[in-house]
Amino acid sequence: MRRVIAVLLENEAGALSRVVGLFAQRAYNIETLTVAPTEDATLSRVTITTTGDPEQIEQITKHLNRLIEVVKVLDLSEGPHIERELMLVKLRASARDPEARAELKRTADIFRAQIVDVSPNTYTVQVVGPGSKLDAFLQAVNPSAILEVARTGVSGVGRGDKVFGI
Amino acid sequence: MSEVISGGDMLLRALQDEGVKYIFGYPGGTALHIYDAIFRQQRVEHVLVRHEQAATHMADGYARSTGEVGVVLVTSGPGATNAITGIATAHMDSTPIVVIAGQVPRAVIGSDAFQETDMVGISRPVVKHSFQVRNAAEIPEIVKKAFLIARSGRPGPVVIDVPKDTTDPEVTFPYKYPKTVKLRSYNPAHRGNNRQIRKAVAALLNAKRPVLYVGGGVIQGDASDHLTELARALNAPVTNTLMGLGAFPGDDDQFLGMLGMHGTYEANMAMHNADVILAAGARFDDRVTNDPKKFCAGATIIHIDVDPASISKIINADIPIVGHVEPVLEEMVKQVGLAKDKEPDLQDQAALTKWHEQIAGWRGLHGLNHDMQVQPDDVIRPQFAVQALYKATDGDAFVSSDVGQHQMFAAQYYKFAKPRRWINSGGLGTMGFGLPAAMGVQFAHPEAVVACVTGEGSFMMNMQELSTCLQYGLPIKILNLNNQALGMVKQWQDMQYGGRHSSSTYSDSLPDFKKLAETFGHVGIKVTKASELEGAMEEAFSPALKQRLVFLDVWVDPREHVYPMAIKGGSMEDMVLARADTKEPS
Repeated sequence: MRRVIAVLLENEAGALSRVVGLFAQRAYNIETLTVAPTEDATLSRVTITTTGDPEQIEQITKHLNRLIEVVKVLDLSEGPHIERELMLVKLRASARDPEARAELKRTADIFRAQIVDVSPNTYTVQVVGPGSKLDAFLQAVNPSAILEVARTGVSGVGRGDKVFGI
Repeated sequence: MSEVISGGDMLLRALQDEGVKYIFGYPGGTALHIYDAIFRQQRVEHVLVRHEQAATHMADGYARSTGEVGVVLVTSGPGATNAITGIATAHMDSTPIVVIAGQVPRAVIGSDAFQETDMVGISRPVVKHSFQVRNAAEIPEIVKKAFLIARSGRPGPVVIDVPKDTTDPEVTFPYKYPKTVKLRSYNPAHRGNNRQIRKAVAALLNAKRPVLYVGGGVIQGDASDHLTELARALNAPVTNTLMGLGAFPGDDDQFLGMLGMHGTYEANMAMHNADVILAAGARFDDRVTNDPKKFCAGATIIHIDVDPASISKIINADIPIVGHVEPVLEEMVKQVGLAKDKEPDLQDQAALTKWHEQIAGWRGLHGLNHDMQVQPDDVIRPQFAVQALYKATDGDAFVSSDVGQHQMFAAQYYKFAKPRRWINSGGLGTMGFGLPAAMGVQFAHPEAVVACVTGEGSFMMNMQELSTCLQYGLPIKILNLNNQALGMVKQWQDMQYGGRHSSSTYSDSLPDFKKLAETFGHVGIKVTKASELEGAMEEAFSPALKQRLVFLDVWVDPREHVYPMAIKGGSMEDMVLARADTKEPS
């Protein structure tokens, strides 16, 4: 079962290595991991997507909570939530092949993606959405046109009035 | 007005303000400013070891026997890495130690400087927490936090990595030791949830076949008295884990002995057939449960633990109670009393009587009833040697052990009556632990009788500390159960590998331990006959040798195995009881 876990972490040197180390040490899976400071500069927010059975997920959250620098843990997938990921894709798009360029532009539009950089040979497209939308975009374009993919990993918040903070 | 002192002096002042009496350590380049600060004060005594691993075990033994935080000081690089085994040992058994490690100066961290190693990184999986000093001014606060974290909640080791330049004697700071520190993310559970406690009490009062399964948490949490009261109030049998020995008196009728892989027949059978199991400060270790899928299927499991991550980790708890065992057990005792006042016939006494009879029957079947008579061949059974130690010390010694057969014999046959008396590496199983741990105990209890039950294999892993013992006049009594082999390895090879003793024997290359002890300035006694054992014990524990370290090299039957032994992959009732029915485990 896929899970999205949000962690508020002291924004201190070495804190992230404890979180990552915990997953490695206890043989838990990390599919994606994002981290950045929050509006409160003393706190970082980490979002981890992982898979495991319910017992394993319970152990993961317990062990995360046990780390001294972890302030709060929330399994976002326990309730309705929003997930977003950003992807930059560099695509082969030669100016000498206007039809291919136009097709890429149309595909990008369908996915509400933006072309954020252009060169004589390439388009760089920014796609934002749930991971599945990013996957779908990569399937929609000609595989041989894909030159480079950079994904941020999933970030998420719960829906509604509830706030995950301290 | 606060004093203005250097980082090194602040570190020592902070340790003084924490009430630290001993630092176990070994100097080296990056720790020299700190060592100079030690030299210039009198309140904290430094104990110079011969190897950093031993320093960590000494601090660990000190901590286990007192409940106070043990302190270690090592230099960077090899000093730090040598300490890792001891840190991991303390981590697995949840003992509070603070390890201060020198580090190369901040400016050269990451440059592969001489004796540089990433101590925070290397120790990360085996510490409760770690700090690296980034600003010397933070030293007092870091020490305060380190001690708080080490001793509270589920205790454990904390590392403080100290770059050399933060202890520079030329750079000074105003010193003030904080009264409190704030750790917003660290709030260890204290009192358990009352509704859960009430549910647990109801289940125990309704039990027909209850067992209290008691682990090291009850010792660490100073809850032995409440546990004993609860066992009395419920008239319930008690079994202790290897780490829990002494939490309930070992010579008591309600005591079943240790449970688990080498637990008693009656303890394991009682667990397997129980209808309600109260696990207090125990963690369902694989050496206890055997195959978790077959573990005590019929029982309602109540689990008290201060660490939520221990609950339902291996075995699902029907009634989990997250909290410190001491207040939780106190509340349970109170509620059992109230319930019984209201309704004296609440418990099914007939069922309990039947349960105790059934247990007595199991005890009669095996019950560690090893034949303790001196055999015609006059060979010393290792169990007999442990019993002789028990007799010679009136069952009241602090006993440390190493790891292997001798450890199991000591656990089975020395009936610990009090908590904090049995000092052994249960979780990590660290050979070489016994002697240095006993030294730490002796520092904490200078007048007490401290014995170390070891085997020649384990002993040789840290025997250099005999020199430290001479330097500090530590009168430890070492009982070396010498079977001229790595006994537990050999036992497994006998039982599971067709008797092929791969790298487990070395009888042609063993030193003369009597002479070895004498070379180190101690007393050595060699015993090879059962009929001579008692006399040798009397001599070792005689007033004449009270101030001396005595090494008793006791040559025991090398064929002996530890029984009972759990059959791998079975349930708790699946045990091999004696050599006669030794067979390939299914």
